[in-house]
Amino acid sequence: MTCIIIDDEATARAIVAKHCSMVSDLKVVAEFDNAIDAIKLLNQQDVDVVFLDIHMPGFSGVDFVQTLKNCPKVVLTTSDTEFAIAAYEYEAIVDYMVKPLTAERFKKSIQKVKSALDKKGTPVSNQQSGSGSDALQELYINIDKRLIKLHFNEILVVKAQGDYIDITTENKEYHVHTTLKKIKDKLPDKIFLQIHRSYIINFSKIIDIEDNSVLIRKMVIPISRSNRPELMRRLNLV
Amino acid sequence: MEQPNLKYIKELSGDDIEFEQKFISILKDEFPMEIAAYKEHIDSKETNEAADVVHKLKHKFNILSMEETYRFAVQFEEQLRTGKTDMDSDFRITLTRINDFLKTI
Repeated sequence: MTCIIIDDEATARAIVAKHCSMVSDLKVVAEFDNAIDAIKLLNQQDVDVVFLDIHMPGFSGVDFVQTLKNCPKVVLTTSDTEFAIAAYEYEAIVDYMVKPLTAERFKKSIQKVKSALDKKGTPVSNQQSGSGSDALQELYINIDKRLIKLHFNEILVVKAQGDYIDITTENKEYHVHTTLKKIKDKLPDKIFLQIHRSYIINFSKIIDIEDNSVLIRKMVIPISRSNRPELMRRLNLV
Repeated sequence: MEQPNLKYIKELSGDDIEFEQKFISILKDEFPMEIAAYKEHIDSKETNEAADVVHKLKHKFNILSMEETYRFAVQFEEQLRTGKTDMDSDFRITLTRINDFLKTI
C-alpha cells in the first residue's frame, strides 16, 4: 500500500510517519504541510490511502475530500472528536483517529483501510454516503474553518443570498458559503420545503399561512406561485 | 500544577533512539514558533487565528501527556472563537512552563 500524510504540524506528520514505518507493506510516498500541494501530487499519481488532518488553515481536510473527483481512502487525524460524525458522511473516509495517535489505534485503522480497499479495490468517489438525508438528524456547516452541527429540527428558514445562504435557527443565524440547491439536497424532504426560489422552510415551524406568505416566528416568507400547490398539498387541511 | 513529561514520546519511539531525538528536535523547533504566532495573534486581537494556533498547541499538550492542560486549551480555544481572551494570562504561564521544560531535554 502507498500513502501520503497531510498535516500542517511537523510533529503530527512525524508521528504518523513513525506509525507507518511499523507497517511492513505500507510506504509513505510523500508528506505535505498543506492539502493544496497534496492535490497536485494526487492529480499525477494514485495512492491507496491519505492520512489527513482535518483542521488546517485555509483549506481544510473536508475541503480536500470534497475537491478530489476520485479520492483515495482517507483516514482523518485530528485533535477534536466533534468532527467524527461529519467525517463519516463521505464514502472515501474509512476511519477517524484522535490525536495523539497510539500504535494500537493505528493498527486498527490500517485494518479498516485494508478492508475498505479489499471491498472496492479502486479509489472511491467523494459523494456523500448513506441512504439520503432522511436517515440523518443533522448536518454540518463550515463557518470560519469550523464545522458546526445543526440539528434539522432547530433550522427554521434557509434563505439564498447570492453565493451564500442564511440559515436561521431557533437561536442563531449563520451565513454560509454555499447555494440553496446544495443545501436543499442535504435537507430531508419530509421536514423541509422550498416555497420560493430564495427560501426553504422547516415545514413543522409554520405558524400560519396567509395569502402568499408563511409566518415562521416573526419572519414572513413569500410563497411563489409555482411552489404554492406543493405547499397546499402538504398541509393537513381540515 | 501539571508538569510535561516524555511518556508518550518514549512509547512512540520504543527502542528507536534516533527517532526519539529527531522527534524531540522537531518539537523543540515547532513549539516556540507556535508560541510566537499565538502571541502575535493575541496582540493583534486576531482571536480566531489565535484559536487556530491553540488548536495546534493542544496536540503538543497531548504529546507531553498533559491531560489537564489539554482540557484547559479546549475551553480556551472555544473562548477565543467567541472573541474572548480571558484565559490568555493563564495560558501564557503554561506555555512558558512547557517551553522551559523543552529547553531541558
